[in-house]
Amino acid sequence: MVKEIEKAGLAVVHVATVVPISKTVGANRIVPAVAIPYPLGNPALSESEEKKLRRSIVEQAIFALETDIDKQKVFSGEKEEAF
Amino acid sequence: MSNKLRIVHYLNQFFGQIGGEDKADIPLRKEDGAVGAGTALNNLLGEDAEIVNTIICGDTFFNENIEESKSKIKAMLQEIKPDLLVAGPAFNAGRYGVACGTAAEIAKTELGIDVVSGIYPENPGYEMFKQYAYFVETSDSAAGMRSALPDMAKIIKSYIQKDGELKSPAEEEYLPRGVRKNVFVEERGAARAVKMLLKKLEEKEFETEYPMPVFDRVEPAEAIRDMKKTKVALVTTGGIVPKGNPDHIESSSASKFGEYSLEGVMSLEQASYETAHGGYDPVCANMDSNRVLPVDIMRDLEKEGVIGELHNKFYTTVGNGTSVANSKIYAEEIAEKLNAAGVQAVILTST
Repeated sequence: MVKEIEKAGLAVVHVATVVPISKTVGANRIVPAVAIPYPLGNPALSESEEKKLRRSIVEQAIFALETDIDKQKVFSGEKEEAF
Repeated sequence: MSNKLRIVHYLNQFFGQIGGEDKADIPLRKEDGAVGAGTALNNLLGEDAEIVNTIICGDTFFNENIEESKSKIKAMLQEIKPDLLVAGPAFNAGRYGVACGTAAEIAKTELGIDVVSGIYPENPGYEMFKQYAYFVETSDSAAGMRSALPDMAKIIKSYIQKDGELKSPAEEEYLPRGVRKNVFVEERGAARAVKMLLKKLEEKEFETEYPMPVFDRVEPAEAIRDMKKTKVALVTTGGIVPKGNPDHIESSSASKFGEYSLEGVMSLEQASYETAHGGYDPVCANMDSNRVLPVDIMRDLEKEGVIGELHNKFYTTVGNGTSVANSKIYAEEIAEKLNAAGVQAVILTST
């Protein structure tokens, strides 16, 4: 899905829990998510902590959308892993 | 009465020796016996089988009159009652590949007749119709006829020998049909997996039991220059839907995607949203769907002016077991809608 959207000329970031799948599928901008049942959350945290976590992931996604890349890139926060 | 396998051969106008592109609009016709390349194939088959009739059709005619061609082929096959249909080889000729594939589909699904054909793997006819025929791999042009015919003859002979029960693509040398077959094996799955892993670790050759589909690549889109002026949309494969799943998106192998309004929605409340996804434990997502589709954060960012605006609709489907081909179709439609709505950036979340 990511690729078809990108093909249509839209900038797209894939927030995905299983990064290897995202890579295999061919997403270009990838932000790792927390867990499969709650990619942008964590029920173990307090409500405000959880919202903070979610915001950090969305901000990372926004950052990815603002970043020029020439090949697939995983935006994982402090250290960015290029491959 | 001979007990030779009776074969009908499908050819286009060129290989049916009628003419080139100028004859590509000729309608379907039936000839007695083998024609053109069919004669050579017939010789290779020897005593085991015989091409009793040849159906010839122009590639353009076939593709422009697909329904008519289908029903005519069906009627001809019903009349001749062959044991096997042979189509092509089509090499990398797109229309011819589609014609051979369509003929195969009719023969296999409507009449229960097995089909042997030959094709270049990137011919779209292969991807579209691979489950209906035993396609041998050919080169991309007719220059490969010399090896394509013996390869096809080999499969036909094997088909006769095994009474129609061909073995796996690797053993019989035909292209994978994407058909899964249940088989009994001595060793259980876990043991086979560990052995495979050990081979992989030792960098030895191993054969997977489930090849991953091949994915193509897309050039990265240009980065967003001014996020403050950008309309951002949310899309998910995590199955978030309005409570009650009004469009009945399936929990696996989704046959559709949903488009839902976010007008006035500041956060996905438990009372109004849930997930339709059947591939993960839904408890956390049902309690708070923002955990999959972060509408609450997007609204905050919109209010703070970090992004221009959040698109007032979101798009959703269930990624669970949904085929690459279907996902592609859904995403094409979604992208078209997003482009029409002036969306410039997309956050797609997957569980």
